Amino acid sequence: MGTMPERGPSTAQVDDGITPVPGLPPTAVDEAVREAEERKWTPAKIALWVAIALLGGVAWFMLAIVRGETVNAIWFVFASVCTYLIGYRFYSKVIERYITKPNDRRATPAEYKADGKDYVRTDRNVLFGHHFAAIAGAGPLVGPVIAAQMGYLPGTIWIIIGVVLAGAVQDYLVLFFSMRRGGRSLGQMAREELGVIGGTAALIATLLIMVIIVAILALVVVNALGESPWGVFSVGMTIPIALFMGVYLRYLRPGKVMEVSLIGFVLLMAAIIGGGAVAGTEWGAAFFHLDKVTIAWGLIIYGFIAAILPVWLLLAPRDYLSTFMKIGVIVMLALAIIVVRPEITVPAFSEFASRDNGPVFSGALFPFLFVTIACGALSGFHALISSGTTPKLIEKERQTRLIGYGGMLMESFVAIMALVAAISIDRGIYFAMNAPTALTGGTVETAAQWVNSLGLAGVNITPDVLAQTAKDVGEQSIISRSGGAPTLAVGLAHIMQQFIGGTAMMAFWYHFAIMFEALFILTAVDAGTRVARFMLQDSIGNFVPKFKEHSWRPGAWLATAVMVGAWGAVLLMGVTDPLGGINTLFPLLGIANQLLAAIALSVCLAIAAKKGSFKFLWIVALPMAFAAVVTITASYQKIFSSTPAVGYFANNAAFSKALAEGKTSFGTAKTVPAMEAVIRNTAIQGWLSVIFVVLSIIVITTALLATYKAFRNAKAGLASTSNEDPALPSRVFAPAGPAPTASERELMTQWDQLPADRRAEKAGHH
Amino acid sequence: MNAIVAGFRGFARYMGGVMGADAYAKYLAHHAEAGHGSQPMTEREFWRDQTDRQDANPQGRCC
Repeated sequence: MGTMPERGPSTAQVDDGITPVPGLPPTAVDEAVREAEERKWTPAKIALWVAIALLGGVAWFMLAIVRGETVNAIWFVFASVCTYLIGYRFYSKVIERYITKPNDRRATPAEYKADGKDYVRTDRNVLFGHHFAAIAGAGPLVGPVIAAQMGYLPGTIWIIIGVVLAGAVQDYLVLFFSMRRGGRSLGQMAREELGVIGGTAALIATLLIMVIIVAILALVVVNALGESPWGVFSVGMTIPIALFMGVYLRYLRPGKVMEVSLIGFVLLMAAIIGGGAVAGTEWGAAFFHLDKVTIAWGLIIYGFIAAILPVWLLLAPRDYLSTFMKIGVIVMLALAIIVVRPEITVPAFSEFASRDNGPVFSGALFPFLFVTIACGALSGFHALISSGTTPKLIEKERQTRLIGYGGMLMESFVAIMALVAAISIDRGIYFAMNAPTALTGGTVETAAQWVNSLGLAGVNITPDVLAQTAKDVGEQSIISRSGGAPTLAVGLAHIMQQFIGGTAMMAFWYHFAIMFEALFILTAVDAGTRVARFMLQDSIGNFVPKFKEHSWRPGAWLATAVMVGAWGAVLLMGVTDPLGGINTLFPLLGIANQLLAAIALSVCLAIAAKKGSFKFLWIVALPMAFAAVVTITASYQKIFSSTPAVGYFANNAAFSKALAEGKTSFGTAKTVPAMEAVIRNTAIQGWLSVIFVVLSIIVITTALLATYKAFRNAKAGLASTSNEDPALPSRVFAPAGPAPTASERELMTQWDQLPADRRAEKAGHH
Repeated sequence: MNAIVAGFRGFARYMGGVMGADAYAKYLAHHAEAGHGSQPMTEREFWRDQTDRQDANPQGRCC
């Protein structure tokens, strides 16, 4: 092998300060060649994109303009997929060209920090799946369901347009910037870019937001399992199953991940089927029939134990199970929707779209729809993942667009499918399931009467239908099962039984759906508690150094107890809330999540400004401003609104006044302790909102200052300091997109001809 | 038929990659390439080490 294959003529002219490793083929496709390839529009390529645009346009027309009696679910699939394709092909390339400017000649952390453990080059398509499994969970499954109160169109537009212009942009930028910094976390980047004040505020905000998110996710599980013996049994069984898997992997057959996941999956199915049998017996129904407060306490105790147990015993095996289920469920749901193509009778805009006192969640469309759907459109929590494991696994810089931007598009698609599943059920059933007991009265008769009294077009429900639906899905009652998960489960059962198994299978599909949602949430609760515990320990460690030792048991247990206590308190508050926890608390989840997004985007704004991308800074500024306006307006209304259903303090004042006047029952609270609970809850929720929004405003302000400083420096001709790791030459090549382009294939052939001993080890290829 | 088997194998391998089932193989490859004089960890040691590192460095899972 004396002669090296020819190099692209202009490779040597690239001025990026990187000296390529001698004797290797180029590590990046030549700029000019790639440009030419991208800019060349063959008739076939033009026809393809015209077809995609036309199909997408027709689908949007069917959803948004045509006002028939019904609309077919397939239009949701076409509208979303075509928009994603266009966003990915065109908009994300604009971001790549003007903001991130990846350079494949440069080594990624997985290359220059390679250790075979945390920093490992990973095949781009595998990493796409891995990243997707880490970002997607129960969030995109429940938010859209709750937002369906306002009709299908507002949620659909926000999920699809929001992801293209905001959510995917955030994920991509955070992933890229973290990768350039050796995989540093969002908190570390905030501190570097924004200074001590901004950094500290970002850290505290992240910690608080994590507590809120864990608490409200736990509330969704509690609401799904309350008074459901079948659900309690089958979800409860996931714990022994995970423990078994953990022991199997540790002692019996280490490393057999796929094998143990399959065993776990079979056991899980057995637990669902067995749950039906157990709930059918008298003792089973009595023993596993738990009220919500008991389940909440169970979850709190479980959360504490799970967070101090070693990872191998519970968290790691359940994570495998959860990932396995996630990919399977999403493929299954997509197939079912495409095959069954349900007709949707829900109106584009419902009667509640123009009101602020909806029974499912309170508040007007703007801003509350945009916080109710956080995951799936714009989720700040992703910034923690995109600056966690994923940047340490990236093989080539250009792949960040596929993994960061593309991964988030995929989550958005999950949200669209959840929305379709939820709106495929009758609207009467939807409102009977999602309104608090205080409104529905808790029985089929009162619920049917209440739903019919709402005066919704085309809704006329009978108690029989509600009772029959509960019977079909194997539950005692479906009234006031708020939280989104049970509604999605009914919708999924409704679609899946047309796909496989018929009505007889509905109960299985319902509990299958409850099971995987609970599985995702429990994994998030565990992992969230652990991460929060470490953050707390590190923060206390600044004052009491002993706390920084993570293996110091008393410190670890104390920090865990504090974190579990914090989310446990919010959870109990939600469970016992006479107003029906989800109605008041769910917006807080969205606000918290999107404040985190505003924080992440403002860090990205400061970084992009320091990179000197002023002309295209609007790409970051637009979603950041939107997230900031939405969340600050929502927080403002939650704090200052005079409508008790919306404003925490208005509600607090109304109940305090009633109590002072000696009333023993007020609004939805029927007793004095219940009234006192409302006063306590609203005060805590109100102050939490205040703290969040103040912290976020501090972060956003410091980021704007950093951006302005970068702008002034640039004008004065000074260079802004960059916190990126030094650029090192790469010694590997891999394509950027899901499938290699012609020029990438050519380069790959050159690399394949290289003798094995001169090549760096290959990432797993698939 | 062969195509179906191959397709299924490919999918199983992809899922294994997504779930991190091939972590040990990757570690061995890295170890060999880095040319350490020392013996690599055994499979059992590697997976123990991996979960123990997760204990000390937890990763969030999103909602």
